[in-house]
Amino acid sequence: MDAQSDVRPEAVAPEQRAGLRHPREWTFPGAAGLRDLWLGWRDYRELWLAIGWYDIRKRYRRSVLGPFWITISLGAFIAGLSFIYLPLIGANANTYLPYLAFGFIAWQLISHLVTDGCNVFIANASIIQQLRAPLSIYIYQTVWRHLIIFAHNLLIYVVIVLAFGLWPSLDTLLVIPGLILVCINGVSLGMLLGTLCARFRDIPPIVSTIVQMLFLLTPILWHPDQIPGRKMLVLFNPFYYLVEILRQPLQGQAPSLFIWGVASGMTVFGFIVALILFSRFRNRIVYWL
Amino acid sequence: MASVQLANVTVSFPIYDSRSRSLKRRAMSMVTGGRVRSDPAGRMSTNTSHRVSIRALDRIDLTIEHGTRIGLVGRNGVGKSTLLRVIAGIYAPDAGKVEVDGKIASLLGGSLGVDPELSGRENIELRGLFLGLSKTEIAQRMEDVVEFTELGAFIDMPFRAYSAGMRARLDFAISTAIEAEIFLLDEGLGAGDASFIDKANQRLERLAAAAGIIVVATHSEALLRKTCTTAAFMEAGRIVALGSVDEVLKLYHASLAA
Repeated sequence: MDAQSDVRPEAVAPEQRAGLRHPREWTFPGAAGLRDLWLGWRDYRELWLAIGWYDIRKRYRRSVLGPFWITISLGAFIAGLSFIYLPLIGANANTYLPYLAFGFIAWQLISHLVTDGCNVFIANASIIQQLRAPLSIYIYQTVWRHLIIFAHNLLIYVVIVLAFGLWPSLDTLLVIPGLILVCINGVSLGMLLGTLCARFRDIPPIVSTIVQMLFLLTPILWHPDQIPGRKMLVLFNPFYYLVEILRQPLQGQAPSLFIWGVASGMTVFGFIVALILFSRFRNRIVYWL
Repeated sequence: MASVQLANVTVSFPIYDSRSRSLKRRAMSMVTGGRVRSDPAGRMSTNTSHRVSIRALDRIDLTIEHGTRIGLVGRNGVGKSTLLRVIAGIYAPDAGKVEVDGKIASLLGGSLGVDPELSGRENIELRGLFLGLSKTEIAQRMEDVVEFTELGAFIDMPFRAYSAGMRARLDFAISTAIEAEIFLLDEGLGAGDASFIDKANQRLERLAAAAGIIVVATHSEALLRKTCTTAAFMEAGRIVALGSVDEVLKLYHASLAA
């Protein structure tokens, strides 16, 4: 059998559609998914950058404040929480409020990447059934949309920094590698949950139930030091590390090497698992929609 | 030179209902076993894990050379649209091989990437991006497309305010704004008034003249005779006859009468 004859037809189509030569064939367990991710990145970046914005704009079309409602509603939520929680747990507003706000901003991004990761393919079923294009488009679109929302929420960061005089340090810049890691996890979640949810429609509600519970179990409203007996709950919670790599830089601190290590290891492991699953079932997804 | 080659292509659609799709059901069926169905044409089957599937294409062999304009005829549900989608690369076949050489443009029905909240212009841009155009390419074609739709001031209104005919115009105008070597068309032009249909037909003819290969699935004999050089008659997921348009139509009518 020559090299050409075991090329799966579906692997040939996209670049031909774009009128491009197809690159050399890769053959390893994650190859199909990796090709999809690469083609989606290379040929369709303009597309998903545009639809990510459209998603936000259309939600707030006809509203005066537009996307800033995202910021306002999160701000109101944080204000309400601190109003109740500060006296309840007797915390110091100067340390607790930024901790809560930044943790919550990070949580918003991460938890939405999980819950929307479930819908990446389901929500785009009609397009997927009509057009041959890399499926990674819809994953990138979702991650990009939540990055835009995150950027809007950073306005709260600015307000709090000004109000509490927390001047940013060089460590604040660590939020960038933090965001990159979170986005890679977002892509993995899209590949993993998007594929599973297309096939099994009970998974989205299961996932949102779990995420809701994890909000309480992850140190966002509380600090790990406040409940020393529950150390394990924190250490074995993957969300803890993802929140920390965003929250600590926003607080002007550098996360420890341990946190970076676990977060990176998790990212790599998650990406490989998701990629293998996505590659295996990528061609079936359209049949499941 | 464009070419399309299908060898022994089989496509089966798994049919999930809300029950067989759920995890609970799947766990249960491991214990209780599923059900078996049958149908006269033998296209539905139940596999070992008790999933029902329909064979939409059954060992299709088809070679389309450059310069061929082929029409697919057959009753509803014989696999015409599925065949177009396999050529378009949307469905990867369960078995067999598909080799397509050439850039594809398609009009497969439905509204591609249409967002009702966005204006006509924004929708054109969105769909252009889906079709693989860059923003600059879209900007270059925008006025042509807008003009072709004849929507006037409506082009800046949200898409949800459009009538069915206006939507059809927009669909058609953008889908046919790209040059391609292989053109796939499913059914006629849907809603759209007489003047638009004339205009659309002219554009289709131009596209047909420019494209190396055209594959049309249609029930319109006028369209078949006008655009196609060859026709394929499909029944139950198979191509049962391939030949000149007249011969194939004769066979088709005979089968309808039977």
